[in-house]
Amino acid sequence: MRGNFSTITRMFSASVVAAGLLMSAPAKAADDTIKVGILHSLSGTMAISETTLKDAMLMLIDEQNAKGGLLGKKLEAVVVDPASNWPLFAEKARELISKDKVAAVFGCWTSVSRKSVLPVFSELDNILFYPVQYEGEESERNVFYTGAAPNQQAIPAVDYLMSEDGGSVKRWVLEGTDYVYPRTTNKILEAYLKAKGVAAEDIMVNYTPFGFSDWQTEVSAIKKFGSAGKKTAVVSTVNGDANVPFYKELGNQGIKAEDIPVMAFSVGEEELAGLDTAPLVGHLAAWNYFESVDTPENKKFIADWHKFIKNDKRTTNDPMEAHYIGFNMWVKAVEKAGTTDPDKVIDAMIGVSVPNLTGGYSTMMPNHHITKPVLIGEIQADGQFETVSRTPGLVMGDEWSDYLPDSKDLISDWRAPLSCGNFNVATGKCGGKGTN
Amino acid sequence: MTARVRTASSAVRTPNSTFFKGHLEPMNLFRAIGLTLLFLLATLSSSGASEADLRGIIAKFATAKGFSEIGAVVHELAATGDPAVERPLAALADGNLYVRKADSLVFAGKEAGESVQLSNPLSGEASGEAAKDDITKIKVNNTLRRVIRDALGTLTLGAKDPAVRIAAADTMFKTPDAANIGPLDTAIASESVASVKALLEQARAASVLVSDQPEADKLAAIALIGARGDRDAVSLLTSVEANSTDAVKEAATAAIANINSTLAFWDAGQNIWYGISLGSVLLLAAIGLAITFGVMGVINMAHGEMVMLGAYTTFVVQQVIRTSFPDLFDWSLVIALPLAFLVSALVGLIIERGVIRFLYGRPLETLLATWGVSLILQQAVRSIFGPTNQEVGNPSWMSGSFNVGQLAITWNRLWILVFALTVFAVLLYVMKRTPWGLQMRAVTANRRMAASMGIRTPWVDALTFALGSGIAGIAGVALSQIDNVSPNLGRGYIIDSFMVVVFGGVGNLWGTLVGAFSLGIVNKFLEPYAGAVLGKIVVLVLIILFIQKRPRGLFALKGRAVEA
Repeated sequence: MRGNFSTITRMFSASVVAAGLLMSAPAKAADDTIKVGILHSLSGTMAISETTLKDAMLMLIDEQNAKGGLLGKKLEAVVVDPASNWPLFAEKARELISKDKVAAVFGCWTSVSRKSVLPVFSELDNILFYPVQYEGEESERNVFYTGAAPNQQAIPAVDYLMSEDGGSVKRWVLEGTDYVYPRTTNKILEAYLKAKGVAAEDIMVNYTPFGFSDWQTEVSAIKKFGSAGKKTAVVSTVNGDANVPFYKELGNQGIKAEDIPVMAFSVGEEELAGLDTAPLVGHLAAWNYFESVDTPENKKFIADWHKFIKNDKRTTNDPMEAHYIGFNMWVKAVEKAGTTDPDKVIDAMIGVSVPNLTGGYSTMMPNHHITKPVLIGEIQADGQFETVSRTPGLVMGDEWSDYLPDSKDLISDWRAPLSCGNFNVATGKCGGKGTN
Repeated sequence: MTARVRTASSAVRTPNSTFFKGHLEPMNLFRAIGLTLLFLLATLSSSGASEADLRGIIAKFATAKGFSEIGAVVHELAATGDPAVERPLAALADGNLYVRKADSLVFAGKEAGESVQLSNPLSGEASGEAAKDDITKIKVNNTLRRVIRDALGTLTLGAKDPAVRIAAADTMFKTPDAANIGPLDTAIASESVASVKALLEQARAASVLVSDQPEADKLAAIALIGARGDRDAVSLLTSVEANSTDAVKEAATAAIANINSTLAFWDAGQNIWYGISLGSVLLLAAIGLAITFGVMGVINMAHGEMVMLGAYTTFVVQQVIRTSFPDLFDWSLVIALPLAFLVSALVGLIIERGVIRFLYGRPLETLLATWGVSLILQQAVRSIFGPTNQEVGNPSWMSGSFNVGQLAITWNRLWILVFALTVFAVLLYVMKRTPWGLQMRAVTANRRMAASMGIRTPWVDALTFALGSGIAGIAGVALSQIDNVSPNLGRGYIIDSFMVVVFGGVGNLWGTLVGAFSLGIVNKFLEPYAGAVLGKIVVLVLIILFIQKRPRGLFALKGRAVEA
């Protein structure tokens, strides 16, 4: 019995060793690759938006490998699923950096998921590329923000509505979902509008819960607010899922874009794909990229995307362009630094300039935000946006809003010798705090 | 909708709009002369300008830069007064006017895949095809669309279709202009339909208020508009109030106060209607749960996913109809109803036979197991259909709204209310009047007694669960019309559904009905004052307090079964 047992143990341990040898073979091969982490939710509520970004990243990595990889090595994508669960984002980020030893991570969508991974990235000193438009009031050494800051989306959008082309709007409804991005953005917008001479009674602010689906009261309140004899517009920071019933209700209650236009910051091609857009023609959105932009780079990007995803009905959108820019910047910075060591790459990133998809170049600024053009588009019957206005030059992302009392004195500059994300120019000290 | 945009129109406006301000200092004189000539031409030949002239103006679209210049060309076209310009202007408003790059000719176009079918903008004659790269679309924006709508005004004032005339009168009311009085007088004189005539008179009154006519006329106009009594009237009178003096100003102030007091009454009516409508949605979502949870006592966390499956069935049905039988689109929901019932009922049956039947009497395990099932179903749908929203269209009979007094009622909400009540009535009939319903109630009341009377209780359980799931499925068909069809659809309804069933009283269908409508109405009355976020919290707190007082809900079921 005893002998038998020990034979079994011996055989078992032998097979474990063998298995271990087998397992280590690919691990050895992996030394010849550079790993790139992709931290986007593939299940849960945010999967609707984030799955597309995961696919876009896989495509970009494929393309880079087809071009011969990076520093003579192949790139290897490591995909994890944080399942729209904010604490899980931090766990998965730790797993990517400590266990998989990735060189950089591309990921996150909601601000709360970004906030939850921040400590992990500064502790383990790695790089996060964040591709979504957000409320600003943040600048971290380990994060590169390739989406729009409020001044790259909200402020130009309001400027357009105030202009003659936009209809000389005098009365404003700020409609948003109740969480940090709409609240901060609306705070900035309210301060901005008041600075432009809009009276307090001409601004209505309203919030609704996440996933709100019964918009009757809100839409009729907008209608009522709009009947004061002044041109009225709605600025919507309503989040993804709630937009479809919101627009359906607008259409059904007969609010036309010519009378009360809705300017949205969270509605892109992807959101419109689930919607019959005929009643929405003329409503607006402000982004830094539209699928309809007519440039050779964009045509190629769309064609590649359709080929990669094997479905030529899938749309492209602004956060995808942000990843396109961010990934290319990272590739360039790694080539410049000659290594994937995060510290060196972070320093090399500043000043890197790559073509964007709208026919220009985007540059990484010392505040870890990028320069972008701002486009205003009107929804068309085919679910695409028609660009009706475009900022003449590139707009530089302003992380600390000039319109909020808490953050107007703050600047960020990650170059030596300042190397500070929240430098207070009034007190001359690093370590001011913003609004949230 | 596009048809509506095309026909919605209003008066030729004298060039007082913003477009004539900024850009044309050097061109000013030239254009003014051109306009005068065109006016002369229009008055000389009663049929309007000659086709060659119109062509000349249309050709300017090719060189116009920016929205303001395009707007100027629109005004020029409208100023000819020729009915023929309606076609190119409507095409422009719809974004269907193109310039061919090769020869800078302007065409109306219709997109067909990668190419565009071109036609003559005036006559509509086909003139071949062009690849999208060879032509550029003339861009329009909201401001321009509004200019076109206004410009088309007088042209459609004499249209044969009363609906078009109504739309014209409506836009002229919203954008009053002293120059409209003349054309409106002519239109009023020849108008035969009383309701249209009233609208035209209101539009005329609006124009009188912005003209320099004597005070007495303006006071009469204010009285006429005051009688209209809607938000547009308030909007107009507010601007009149701000821009006038003495008697006119006072009359406007009085009229506004008068309208506002009537509107306050209608607002209350509106809140009730919104509440009933929200209640009908809650009822639809909860009614299936009233069976699985209320009657059978299964805490079914996968209930929302049954609703979602129903919505996806609608999507698949519409997809098939779109590709194979486009004429049947208006019937898509009717076709989807039985299919959604079957799909959800089948899935429900499988869940009951596969999981739940082993867990009767163990509520905690049932809760966890059905939660797991809900995650599996969500991810399965996500893998099959993708994570993005799917487009479910509204059939024409469910789009738009109609007015009862000052109350706008949208068709889709009304149909959902009717549908919810029908489903409720049918379910009540099944439960109370059919042998199957009797067996169901017998099994829930006393399982062992029912079994000894020869009822096959396992099958009654399975079929009851399938019925509850199937009802959730047809709720999904209705909810696909107002919500977005995504794998997360069910999540939004599960909490509300449980709330309604618990509040109404577990095991009582009437309780679910009353619970749904009272929660809906309370919610909608709170919303305007407390906001949507706080309103929801207040409702939840109220329910918690209520449950403390009456743990079994509004209509508690009496009997031994409940104690067990």
